[in-house]
Amino acid sequence: MADFEVPEITKEYTSVPAVKEGTMAHSLPFISKLEFNEPLGYPGELVDNWKEVVISKLKELSGKYRSLKVFLDSCIKCGACTDKCHYFLGTQDPKNMPVARQDLLRQVYRYYHTFTGRLFAKLGIPGFVGARELTKEVIDEWFVYFHQCSQCRRCSVYCPIGIDTAEISMAAREILDQIGVGHKYCNQIIEKAGRLGNNLGLPKPALADTLEGLEEEIEDDTGVAVKMPLDVKGADILLVTPSADFFAEPHVDGLMGYAKVFHEAGISWTMSSYAAEAGNFGMFIGSYENMRNLSLRIREAAIELGVKRIVFGECGHAWRVAYSFLNTLAGPFDFLDPNYPVPQHICEFTYDMIQKGELKFDKSQNDHMTLTFHDSCNVARASRMGDQPGGQFKIPRAVIQAACNNFVDMPSDTIGEATFCCGGGGGLLTDELMEVRVKGALPRATALKSVTENHGVTHMAAICAICKSQFTKVLPYYGFTMDQIVSVHQLVGDAIVLSDAPKDDEEPDETDAA
Amino acid sequence: MSALSVFYTILFYLAATIFVVGLAYRIIGYAKTPAPLKIPTTPAPTTKTGVVFRLFTEVALFNSLFKATKWTWVFGWMFHLSLLLAFFRHLRYVLSPDSVFWPFINNWLVLFAGQYGGFLMLIGLAGLFGRRIFVDRVRYISAPSDYLMLILIFTIAATGMLMSFVEHTDIVQLKAFVLGLFTFSPQDLPDDLLLQTHLALVAALMIIFPVSKLLHAPGIFFSPTRNQVDNPREHRHIVEWAAKLEADRK
Ligand code: HEM
Ligand code: SF4
Ligand code: SF4
Repeated sequence: MADFEVPEITKEYTSVPAVKEGTMAHSLPFISKLEFNEPLGYPGELVDNWKEVVISKLKELSGKYRSLKVFLDSCIKCGACTDKCHYFLGTQDPKNMPVARQDLLRQVYRYYHTFTGRLFAKLGIPGFVGARELTKEVIDEWFVYFHQCSQCRRCSVYCPIGIDTAEISMAAREILDQIGVGHKYCNQIIEKAGRLGNNLGLPKPALADTLEGLEEEIEDDTGVAVKMPLDVKGADILLVTPSADFFAEPHVDGLMGYAKVFHEAGISWTMSSYAAEAGNFGMFIGSYENMRNLSLRIREAAIELGVKRIVFGECGHAWRVAYSFLNTLAGPFDFLDPNYPVPQHICEFTYDMIQKGELKFDKSQNDHMTLTFHDSCNVARASRMGDQPGGQFKIPRAVIQAACNNFVDMPSDTIGEATFCCGGGGGLLTDELMEVRVKGALPRATALKSVTENHGVTHMAAICAICKSQFTKVLPYYGFTMDQIVSVHQLVGDAIVLSDAPKDDEEPDETDAA
Repeated sequence: MSALSVFYTILFYLAATIFVVGLAYRIIGYAKTPAPLKIPTTPAPTTKTGVVFRLFTEVALFNSLFKATKWTWVFGWMFHLSLLLAFFRHLRYVLSPDSVFWPFINNWLVLFAGQYGGFLMLIGLAGLFGRRIFVDRVRYISAPSDYLMLILIFTIAATGMLMSFVEHTDIVQLKAFVLGLFTFSPQDLPDDLLLQTHLALVAALMIIFPVSKLLHAPGIFFSPTRNQVDNPREHRHIVEWAAKLEADRK
């Protein structure tokens, strides 16, 4: 099935392997091209003066981002993070230990921008203080290993100084892009989203067509004309959802779930063809400008359509950008209804409706499954839901449990703030990185296996488009099947009782019998 | 004054200047560098008070480290606690007995804890050193300077303890030397090799502080993942350079 060795699931979901150097040195992302780079403001190929550019960018970024400056100075090499990264646990490559990944950048920073590094470089022993001269080899290593970080922030939970390797990876990718060594997957997507409004490059007619098809599907299924409105001016809510929701499985079942919730709540809503994308890959490449450009489309769509609220669909990093950054990048949103947070997560919306008693469920519809829930890293460690810290763990579980009878959590050191990444986040969800994706999924696969065996779990629910795509692709390597991954709002959609549904055939039967 | 005393006087003025100026420069640099995005590691406090509490648990208890690895936590916390105890004990070489703080530092508890805390320090440092050598992951990330830092502090602690338990030095003369530094009227340093080693290494530690990983001490207070309030939806967070980009906006 694979041209690499799939790691074996051991009993201990957090067993730490021995260091084995260079196991992932061959993992090469595809390099981006002029046509994708230029619109993003980057050169099309490696620039001649790359060395100067890297050195000066490093200085510039450490002056613009306090995180970078403090993190580059403060690591004490305590080793607390060394066994926390799923990519290290799955590959044994020591350069996938968070601190070693940071060091790839930090060594160069030390060499050129610190007193100690410069002094020891002059003495001819930069390595004594962990400094390293910038060579083409270093750039190659950056390209390889900064594309083996899903920016999941698990390391930042455990670092006594709070050092977040994701910040370092983002800075490194921004620098690489500045010298023309970008990642094709990310840049191509950003270019598309910037031009067409979604990562897949779906034009409006295709989008409208898809939504129409889904409306028909729901009506065939339930007998109710649940609408999936597009570009409707004056609707109350603008829904911004990852474009994968329009066609991928199980994402699309989630989308139909949101539609049913809005329908049942009786609130008017719309999607926008101009901003038909929640995902924002600008974050993955560490580019404030690109992230901002994509975010502004959402602001413009909200103004254009005259909505009162913005709600985001199920997606992890999208929710990070939405919850943590949108107000900064594209705010203030003072033209929207001040009674609701901007933006809201679809889980928050559904949860509120459940609390208000607006939604009725027939939980038995999901009785053929025993569920567990995968906390997406960006939701868990980089955002929140509701008004209490930790709401991001409670609310999705409450929504699942409102719709399902059988729910079991995975082991506690693999969920919540300690959750393991799916292995495909951070812009790694591309075929050429399949090996690192499969290996990085090992800790999650192990945890899933343990609840499968001990508690009869049959399905894992997720609230992230990337997690869903990644799991359907990589879990089969570990002996699971694709359809074991479900969307949270798929569960909601399957169990929700539509109050205007035609009465079931059985009911007259029952009355007859009575 | 002996030539050696002159040397130590100059050394300490130099070390103190580098330490204070260097550290101030760093801290001002951290404070002035903008943090353009809200990036607290969540779940995070939603109020300022909550953030103060979070930082307290990190600084005083090494909360995150505790979650990460118990062994490093035990040794690391032991070492830093004893560092603090040693600090308080050393105040009596610096403060005058007339000072209002004198009773707080010249009492049985501080003196005892400071003295025997030395053992904690040696054990803690030895444990951290052991991890660096024996755990393959930590060995991989260690540069020679990381070992040397531990050896440096270990030697400071060891020479200090030798003086306090084995070979007492001339405390009266030492105190005269220290107060002399503060009053700019240099005095002789006791002629004692242990003391001289101890002090030379302390001066070295002060000098490397602002240019080494010891910057983690101020760094932790400036770490955006720990010191930011989780309220991005309620309050718009925007820094100057980012606001400039908005000039073009509709
Ligand atoms: C705000 C005050 C401080 C805090 C919160 C703090 C916190 C920490 C933490 C959490 C670690 C990692 C765990 C460990 O290896 O011990 C550490 C390591 C270390 N700290 Fe501090 N520290 C502080 C002040 C200092 C000071 C003033 C020194 C100066 C002597 C110091 C010296 C060290 C050394 C040498 C290490 C590395 C230990 C090793 O190599 O494993 N720390 N610190
Ligand atoms: S952010 Fe996640 S993927 Fe990146 S180094 Fe840290 S733990 Fe690994
Ligand atoms: S946990 Fe933090 S301080 Fe310790 S080695 Fe990792 S990044 Fe450095």
